[in-house]
Amino acid sequence: MTLSELGPVLALLLVGFLPNEVWRVIGLMLVRGLDEKSQVIVWVRAVASAMLAAVMAQLILSSTGALATIPIAVRIGSACLGFAAFLIGRRSVFLGVLAGEIAVLAGAYLFGPA
Amino acid sequence: MTSEPSSPRVTIEIFVDGFSTALRSVFFYVLIGNYIGLGALAHGLGFSVWWMTLSTLIVWAAPAQVLLISTLHTASLLEVALAVTLTSVRFLPMVAALLPVMRGPGVRQRDLVLPMHLTAISVWVEGMRLLPLMAAERRIAFYNGLGLGLMSAAVIGGVTGFFLAEKLPPLLGAALLFFTPLAILMSSARNSRALIDNLSFALGLVIGPIMAAQKIGLDLMWTGLIAGTTAYAIHRIRAIWRKAGPGA
Repeated sequence: MTLSELGPVLALLLVGFLPNEVWRVIGLMLVRGLDEKSQVIVWVRAVASAMLAAVMAQLILSSTGALATIPIAVRIGSACLGFAAFLIGRRSVFLGVLAGEIAVLAGAYLFGPA
Repeated sequence: MTSEPSSPRVTIEIFVDGFSTALRSVFFYVLIGNYIGLGALAHGLGFSVWWMTLSTLIVWAAPAQVLLISTLHTASLLEVALAVTLTSVRFLPMVAALLPVMRGPGVRQRDLVLPMHLTAISVWVEGMRLLPLMAAERRIAFYNGLGLGLMSAAVIGGVTGFFLAEKLPPLLGAALLFFTPLAILMSSARNSRALIDNLSFALGLVIGPIMAAQKIGLDLMWTGLIAGTTAYAIHRIRAIWRKAGPGA
């Protein structure tokens, strides 16, 4: 089946909403009656942060989508530069994001495809 | 039974407090930027602005939305669903770690449905930082305000990007998608005080791409389990050493 056979909104519900929401619902079901300080939750939280970090790494390194037009070295370098600015700027997320964005734009302009 | 927090007026005040916290969060602006990129992408691939807005409201996960928008026309629906579900596995541990923070006497399961749906990376990061600082009975209303506040930034960004699309150079569109990973990277570093938080995030950052390169499938799940469990184990061992005393 393809998008045009199903209609964009129905496709959104079936292959966007449902496969995404299912994990939230399972998370809600699983923790009935668990305490926030229980060891299971401490572990689950560590798993969640690790997955979050992995998604971010994938977004930075992704070889598909619009970001793929920017060379990978530029993306990694800009993320590092942004992080350095964040550390130097007394842990300001705003400053770090700004520096990283300027770096990625400048780098893509200098080294990217025309 | 404390009657104070359950009165509707107080609940609305707490909700507004959460909403205005969202407006002051760096994520509000990051989400606008990121969703400008997404809205432009949706426009470029022929979706309507209503479809784009609906996808933000019901999916509420930028990586899954990027996937949906960029593959829905080309891949089979089964493939798209599989890819979406694989990027969204993270919601299971995120929701599971968050909801116990909100649970208390008088909290029904259905009160947790909205917080569950509003849980996305940005809301979760801010919620995990702010909720423990406030009284338990305020947390649900506050989180709902925070979540809907940040969601409104995404909707605004998506609509703006959709209409800007033709004027937006593709390079700028790509750079806008870079907003989220940058902001999450730094907020996580800023928010994590405990060793276990830093360690699980750092390990995930390194193990994630390694796992993805192996092409074994379910790489996100494996990364979470391996990196998270390693961080947890180190945290436990250190706690045991500390308990044993400095001389041991």
